[in-house]
Parts: sequence; structure tokens; C-alpha cells
Amino acid sequence: MNAAHYNENSRPHDDRISTASLLAEGDIAIIGGGVVGCAVARRMTLEGASVVLIEKAADILDGASKGNSAILHTGFDAPVGTLEWECVQKGYEEYLEIRKSLNLPLLKSGALVAAWTEEEEERFTDIIKKGHENGVKDLLLLSRSEVLDLEPNLSENIRAAIAVPGEYVIDPWSAPLAYLLQALENGGQAFFNAGVRGGDFDGAYWLLNTPRGKVKARYVINCAGLYGDILDRDVLGATEFNIKPRKGQFVVFDKAAHKLVRSIILPVPTERTKGIVLFPTIFGNLMVGPTAEEQEARGDSSVAKEILSELHAQAVQKLPALTDIPVTATYAGIRPATERKEYRIIEDSARNWITLGGIRSTGLTAALGIARHVHSLLSNQDVEFKAIENPIVPHVPNLAEHLPRDYETPGYGEIICHCEMVTRREIHSALTAKVPAASLAGLKRRTRATMGRCQGFYCSARLAELTRGKFDEPLAVGEVDG
Amino acid sequence: MNHLPSGKWMADTLKDNRWDVAIIGAGPTGLAAATELKKAGIKRVIVLDREFEPGGIPRHCGHPPFGIKEFSRVMTGPSYARRLVGSAENAGVNLAMKTTVTSLGAQGTLSIVSPEGLGEVKAKRVLLATGARETPRSVRMISGDRGLGICNTGTLQSMIYLNNLIPFHRPVVVGTEIVSFSALLTCKKAGIQPVAMLEEESRATVRWPIYHAVYIFGVPLFLGTRIINILGDKRVRAVRVSDKNGDKREIVCDGVVFTGQFTPDSSLVRMSHLDLDQKTERPLVDQYGRCSDPSYYAAGNLLNQPVEVAGKCWSKGCLTAQQIVKDLNEELLST
Repeated sequence: MNAAHYNENSRPHDDRISTASLLAEGDIAIIGGGVVGCAVARRMTLEGASVVLIEKAADILDGASKGNSAILHTGFDAPVGTLEWECVQKGYEEYLEIRKSLNLPLLKSGALVAAWTEEEEERFTDIIKKGHENGVKDLLLLSRSEVLDLEPNLSENIRAAIAVPGEYVIDPWSAPLAYLLQALENGGQAFFNAGVRGGDFDGAYWLLNTPRGKVKARYVINCAGLYGDILDRDVLGATEFNIKPRKGQFVVFDKAAHKLVRSIILPVPTERTKGIVLFPTIFGNLMVGPTAEEQEARGDSSVAKEILSELHAQAVQKLPALTDIPVTATYAGIRPATERKEYRIIEDSARNWITLGGIRSTGLTAALGIARHVHSLLSNQDVEFKAIENPIVPHVPNLAEHLPRDYETPGYGEIICHCEMVTRREIHSALTAKVPAASLAGLKRRTRATMGRCQGFYCSARLAELTRGKFDEPLAVGEVDG
Repeated sequence: MNHLPSGKWMADTLKDNRWDVAIIGAGPTGLAAATELKKAGIKRVIVLDREFEPGGIPRHCGHPPFGIKEFSRVMTGPSYARRLVGSAENAGVNLAMKTTVTSLGAQGTLSIVSPEGLGEVKAKRVLLATGARETPRSVRMISGDRGLGICNTGTLQSMIYLNNLIPFHRPVVVGTEIVSFSALLTCKKAGIQPVAMLEEESRATVRWPIYHAVYIFGVPLFLGTRIINILGDKRVRAVRVSDKNGDKREIVCDGVVFTGQFTPDSSLVRMSHLDLDQKTERPLVDQYGRCSDPSYYAAGNLLNQPVEVAGKCWSKGCLTAQQIVKDLNEELLST
């Protein structure tokens, strides 16, 4: 395939490609199909702009957005008065407002900021004060016995906790998919395998070069996440920040662990990271992670046995009953950290270019708020669009364990993935949808197939058959002769 | 293999849901037990299985030897599976395929789902015969990338024998159990040439037939060697291994087969009211194979440690069926 990859060492430049014909044109080009790009595509489409989203991979959510903690944050611990805090707040509100119409799930778990040491407990006053300053008024200080009443399976070493009732668990992949779908249903366009390899601004329009042709647009929003700095450097000639990839590894426990804890168990955060969280997933598992490991490579989401074992041990320490629960999966994601803690939202108004950089763990919640912020930045530049009246509202399939699943409705054909109860009907929809799964990973995110206990032991063969000819990287590399 | 009746036939069969014995799993254990129960005069016996065709693991073990003890012949897995199914059908066993049991309730009440919808099966006795599966890479916590080309023997075999598809050309095979030997045979059948067989211990788990096999198939066997890293973001391109002296090197390959380290398929038990041995992940049973709720029994590779070949599971299925017959006839002393 001719997917373009941003890579520090080899930046492809092909003159034959850059003279190719026009692929698409619109008011706004959005570079990057992560959660931020999808949310901006939705917002700007709803505001009346014609939007073209271009993504270098074969599918959405191929970078930082594929591995996150899936928490809808209240922003109680965000730096007070920052843009990040504002976007988290607005994103949180909008998610709750639109989720039912888009069929996006919500697990009203609540969170506990847990103190395991005296030092951690001493920081509670500051955390509560900060929460109040951030407008999160329902924080509640719980004594040890109150915590254990609420979460009886937590280790007795717990000292105290702050309850944050508004922190919830969501589906980290269906949400961005729904955002992009709404953009497309209302006239937006999306192109994959279309990494930007440079571009020119003539004072009114951008012409962006991609392997699939040129994209013409008045405004460009850089949502390239882990590659945001490279994109700025390549196209604008300079970047104001450098991405410092930060890996986060996770361990997923069997569904039997889900009943052990109701709340998201947050650590007392440090300056650098939100720390290692123990949390129920919307899919009925329990997870521990992420670590925060600085690394050079932007695409290296490999896991390391020692780290995974350490994570496992930490989880068992906090929730001793996990000793008896098998591990289901392990994975890692990479957050696009920069040399500074805050979001790097940079406007080059002379060149009609906005960069949305350095958006890390709060991005899933904040994306809808960031998208509104982009709209206001454009409005301030006197860019006027006429908002769509009665926009189409698409429904995404539900994958949440606590809500009715597809297999509960007859006529699903057969169950393909037995661990996660994924039906042939669901697989078929994911492969033929408006934004179809273009890789096994994409199919997993849309259906959960192979993500359960057996990790594909039973269903990979059937999946290889059902996905034949659909993926650039196929499950099967050939056929048995004869 | 003929697909068994499903659809309306099955909906009608399941509607009358009072059974003498319901068996979960249509592999050698379940089919043997069902056949034995019918032969012993038990009237209403049903086997529930989530797959689209019965037979269990032997369906995708396309090589001999199967059936020596049961049918006094040397058979391949698929023909053995067909024979087991034929015997069960001839004996009057009801087979409900594409039927997933979603939970085990008190006194033999099972929640099920099939393409026709949600339902319930009630049986005087339930036999759990859900078997075992190999431990996946994630649970082994192997470091490295998570590209395509990493699987267990079961997956490799289903791809080749059921779907005629090849997942890789030159894999590394990890483990030296009986099933690892089966993985080598499967590769040979499909024209796949493993580049190495790795065993963490200093000797093979089963010395025969592994030592012969690696010689015959020309696969180098590395003892005392383990994978420390899998390389290849999109698809496996190499593994880094460490030998018993701690020396590290890279083996170029396009796949990894993690064989063996069988784990019982006991998730239904884990999520139920039945007692589970947390260490072995097997249901706790008495000497008759009866679970903590006496309306439930377990047999076969769900209990076997280590796992057994099909013939032994078949025998266990028959024996447990005889216990269930006694129990149903109220001959079993209460324990």
C-alpha cells in the first residue's frame, strides 16, 4: 500500500505524486483521524463548513487515540483556568448532551482518588481546593471505613479517598467514530492512506499534497497528534513544540474482575502524569494502567514483560482479589506529550493554519470542547459559516456490556467471537459501514472481536475468512495448495 | 461435514426445555457422554454447542491418530469427529449447534442464546464438557510488538483445515508438548516451514515424538531458549531470543505459534455459583465428577491436568455418563 508515514528519518517526497490531480476540496482540511480530528470534523460540519478529513493510516484512531484510559473526566484536577480545563469541561458537558442520540454508552462509575500513604493523604486538601476552583463542587472526602463500605474489595491499606462522582467510563473508540460519522452524514468527506507530504498556501487557499492527490482548502487544522510537530515543520517550515512520545502500558483483567470494583480508582496525581489507574471498562473488564515511559519512537507501542508484571503486582496490591483473576490482554498506547504540560494550540492566522498539539490523556473528554474552541478561533478571524439546520444524527452500534448487545436480537447469523459475543451481523456491518474497518485492529475497535479471554484462539480462522480481501494487512497470507 | 439442522428445528427442540441431561460442548467428551446416556436408556439428552458444527477440537486436527480405542481404527481428526457425531445421532442425541450457554443457574437452569433468540434450558443434570484451550501470548506476558502472525496451535489448525488459509510461511514454534508436534504436522500439511522450535526448559516436555519430529521435519530445536521480544508492528518480522547462557540473538520469521500451556475453558464456571479451584481454574468436583451444585457434573479436558488426547476424553465422557445414569436412578450415595 502507498500509505504515507511521517518518519523522522525518511520523509517521502515524490514529485510524481505531488503533481497528481485534485482529490478533494473544502473550506477546512483536517489532518489526522484521531479523536480530536474526528471531533473537529463533526463540529465544523455542523457549523456549516465543508470539511475534508485526511488520515495517513487506513483507518481512524491509528495513533495516540487507539490506546487510552477511556475515562470521561470532570477536569477536577486540571490546571485551574487553562484552556485544557475549559475544553475538558465543555467536552464533558457536550458528551453527556449528545451521547444518547448517537447511541454512545456511559458507565456511571464515579471515581475515588485513593491515598495509600500519609503523604498522599496530606495532599487531599489541595486536591479538593483545586477541584472546587475548577467548578467540580461534589467532591467528597471519605474516611477509610467509608471507602471500604463503598469498595469492600480494596486493600485494607487504603487510608482515605476523595470521591469524584462525575468521573465516568466511556467507549473510547465508538465515540470518535460517531463524531466522524456525523460529519460524513452531513456532507463531510474523509480520505485514508492520505498522509500529507507538504503543501502550499497562496494567500487564500492551501493545496496539500497526499499520495492520493491534492486537497484544496481555505483553512487547515493540524490534528496529527504524535506527528503534529513534524507536520508543522514540513509544511509551515517550523514548529513551536516537539513531541516527546510517552508510552502507557495496560493490563486487562478477565470479566470476572468487573464485579470487584465499581469506581475508577485514581492515584493521587503527580505533576507529570495522572498516574496508574485501576478502572472498570465499558466492555465489562477491569484494567490497570497506564505507565508513563518516555521514548524516542512515535510508533513503538510494544509491551514489556517486566512492566506488565509490575502493573499486575500493583493492581493486586490495591485489589487483592485480583490474585485469582486471569489476565485477558495487554497493550500499550502512546501519548503525544511535548516539552510542556499544557495543550499546544497554535494559530497561524496569516496562513489560515491551526495546530492542535500536545493533547494527551484528557483528549478523549476534551475533544468536543477543543472542536468548539477551533470554531471560536475561526469565528474570531471573521470566518462565517451557516450552521446546518436539523443535522442527521447517526447511531453507532453499542459495544457496552451493561447495555443490550447485538446477539440479544435474533437473526444475527452466528456468534463469531464467543468470548466477547460478537456476531456475524456485527462483523459484516463493521466491514461495510460508511467508515469501514480497514485492519484487524480497526475491526477489533468496532466489534471487540478477538479482544476477549481466548485472544482469537477460536475465532481468528473465521475472521480470516470473513475479512478476505478487505484489509491491506490480511490475517491470512495465502491459501493451502490443493 | 453436514451441518446439523438448526433454525426452526432447533427452536422447536429447545421450546420443550425440560431435559434429563444437558451437555455443554460437542467435543469428544460431550458426544461420548451423550451417546452413552442414550444407550443407558436416558430419554431426553441434548448437547449444546456454540460452534456451527459439532466435533470439537478434532474437527481441525487433520492428521492421525484418532479413534484407536473408540472405533479400533486409525483415523484423522475430522473423520473421527464425524464418526462421534454419527454415533451420537444414531443413538438419538439432540444436538443444538450455534447455541451459546451464557450462564449457569441453580439446579440445572441454563441461559442460552441462539440465532433464534434468547432462551432457557432446564435439565435434571448438566454436564460441563467445555474443554481447554492454549494460553495466548497476552497471558504469557511476552514483550514486544503486537503485529499479525501470532497465534496458538488451535487457530493455526482451524485456519488450515477449516478455511484453507495460511497465516504465515516461516513461523517460530514455541513449546514442546504433544500439541506442538501437532503444530509441526499441520505446518507440513500446509507447506509452512517453521524456522525454529523453542523450549524454555532444558529438555522437551514430551521427548517422543518431538526429538524425532524436529529431525524429520528439519526444524531446529533450541532448548533452554525463550522469546524476550517479538518484533514487527504490522506483522511479525523477527523474534529476539535468549538462551540458557543469557546470550541473545534474533531469529527472522513471519509468525509465532504459542503451543500448549492448556488452560481449562472454565469461564462459565467462574462467572457462576459453582465452586472453582482458583489455582487450577478448574471446577471443584467430587470423585464422581460432580460439582458443588450436585445437578452439575464436569468431565474431559475441563478437568484433566495435563490435558488428554481425544481418546482419553472420550473414555472420561463415558464414565461420567455412567455416574450420571446412576445418579438419575438415585443409586448414588449422597456425599
